[in-house]
Amino acid sequence: MNIFQKRWMTWVLFGLLAVGAFAPLFSADTRLPQWLEVVLGGLMSGVLYSLVALGLVLIFKASGVFNFAQGAMVLFAALSLVRLMEKMPFAVALAVTVLIMIAVAWLIERLVLRPLVNQEGIVLFMATLGIAYFLDGLGQTIWGSDIYTLDVGMPKEPKILLESVFEGGILVGMEDVIAALISATLVAVLALFFQKTGTGRALRAVADDHQAAQSIGIPLNRIWVIVWTVSGLVALVAGIIWGSKLGVQFSLQLVALKALPVVILGGFTSIPGAIIGGLIIGLGEKISEVYLGPMLGGGIENWFAYVLALVFLLFRPEGLFGERHIDRV
Amino acid sequence: MIYRETGQYKTSYESDQQLFPILQDKAFILIVLAFVFGAVPFLASEYLFRAILIPFLILALAAIGLNILVGFCGQVSLGTGGFMAVGAYAAYNLAIRLPDLNLLVVFLLAGAAATVVGVLFGLPSLRIKGFYLAVATLAAQFFLDWAFARIGWFTNYAPSGSVTAPAIRIFGYTFASPVEKYLLVLAIVCIFALVARNLTRGAIGRSWMAMRDMDVAAEVIGIRPLYAKVTAFAVSSFFVGLAGALWAFVYLGAWEPLAFDVNRSFQLLFMVIIGGLGSILGSFLGAAFIVILPLMLNQMPGWLGMELSTALISHIEVMVFGTLIIFFLIVEPHGLARLWAIGKEKLRLWPFPH
Repeated sequence: MNIFQKRWMTWVLFGLLAVGAFAPLFSADTRLPQWLEVVLGGLMSGVLYSLVALGLVLIFKASGVFNFAQGAMVLFAALSLVRLMEKMPFAVALAVTVLIMIAVAWLIERLVLRPLVNQEGIVLFMATLGIAYFLDGLGQTIWGSDIYTLDVGMPKEPKILLESVFEGGILVGMEDVIAALISATLVAVLALFFQKTGTGRALRAVADDHQAAQSIGIPLNRIWVIVWTVSGLVALVAGIIWGSKLGVQFSLQLVALKALPVVILGGFTSIPGAIIGGLIIGLGEKISEVYLGPMLGGGIENWFAYVLALVFLLFRPEGLFGERHIDRV
Repeated sequence: MIYRETGQYKTSYESDQQLFPILQDKAFILIVLAFVFGAVPFLASEYLFRAILIPFLILALAAIGLNILVGFCGQVSLGTGGFMAVGAYAAYNLAIRLPDLNLLVVFLLAGAAATVVGVLFGLPSLRIKGFYLAVATLAAQFFLDWAFARIGWFTNYAPSGSVTAPAIRIFGYTFASPVEKYLLVLAIVCIFALVARNLTRGAIGRSWMAMRDMDVAAEVIGIRPLYAKVTAFAVSSFFVGLAGALWAFVYLGAWEPLAFDVNRSFQLLFMVIIGGLGSILGSFLGAAFIVILPLMLNQMPGWLGMELSTALISHIEVMVFGTLIIFFLIVEPHGLARLWAIGKEKLRLWPFPH
């Protein structure tokens, strides 16, 4: 049976989603350029959600840990960078922050994961909640808890595109475009890293089966340090981009809560899932916020993504691209 | 020695299946009950009631509810705060719209309202499992947060969104002082802890545990997954909703939707995990730990004679809290209830070597 037949329900859902996305166009007071702006904005913020989701997926794939501390890592990395930049040039500060994230990964592996090896998933999940609390407290103790502006030289002024086609053109933030490009590059690099390098293969082996990987001589502990480092670096990139958009502040860690529906929508174990899930969530969120929000009284962006993901899950319980789980007795 | 069971013969099914089959357990629990009902009201200070005992008891009730779902039925939920909110707002609306209704009935109906919502959000658990379900229950949390903040009817169109509970009058008697409130909450919690204990011992509890241990195998031996999972969600939500109503009426008095946000869900999950999954006693131990720990951490710099700013203290508090959570998970992943069981086992022989 080919894959398209097996997944017809998914395609139906995609179809419904597309109908939902295009539906505002048929309403009388929606203008096409405005709608295009919303769609583009949604896709851009979707890419940023993917970036956070990517960190979650990496760790879940390699260690089976549902890492709730990803948001705290984003905040911690961004805070470290922004405070170090006050004292040294950007490049040095970036290097030091990278070193800090490596140290954090190493410490997490040594102090938290290693003693908890073979515990149930829920216990590990709770432990990452503990890590999240710890990093939140630590970051704000060392670096302070004000709002800092992070300026890494990204252009702020929006650009107007397609002026010849529509009257007034459509407004696109250059910042968002660059952020999307960076994210896309990062995803490509990670894909290459996973497919082509020896370490990447070892990571995939560990993800498939811990015991089998260990029995052929792959050092589990080192692999975990690498994975947490990589997701720490992904968190750093996410922190830079979100931080320069919103300012570096405590609410930055709530970005992780936005990434959760992305991960369950795409599937916990799939990198492409994180990306496509991010795009769907970003788009759905923006469109619902602009066109559905006023009808419901506003503020729906907090739960809309979750409900959207929930609807998808009812038809595909392992997410769009997650590994199908076969129950055996 | 202390815990010796020798000579305690069970000669009938009733005596074998009683709630506390060991004499020492029975005596211990009776002493504890006599102490908390008879002695504590005279001994404890007003601060102790307000800041520790009342929140501890109410959160223990909510933790029992969550433990039924997570510990006994194996369905991880992060929407507990939302279900507590359902209980709180249901009780509020019943109390102000039907002022003649007995408040105890209001509390029970609030639990029933939470049950309905809980079952509704529990239905996806038939398809979705594990962490997917955990994240899906966050949908319930955020949706309910939004509903209570934005839909004016729930808060009786209060302009700021914060509502005040009416005075607690039951059968013409007003519970105003902390001692009276404490006794009210204590009585309710004791009754429902007994209900939970008996539910989890019975057929329905065994079907939950079978579902938790392996759902496919449970289905094969004839346990209906729909029935087992939905009843677990229903019973759990009832407890949580009741606790939410008590939390709002007895502890908070006046509240806004933020009182039941996602942090409350995490806090309750911490209680259940640190106390011990699948243990009623563990829910109490975990609740005590999580209620007392922040208060201790808050006082600590003062005791050590350190002068720190409030912001710094709160950051360090969060840090130490996270560290202690990890520490406890590493030292005893099965929770405080497990430590208790180990202690009992040790006392059985002590002070003899065999």
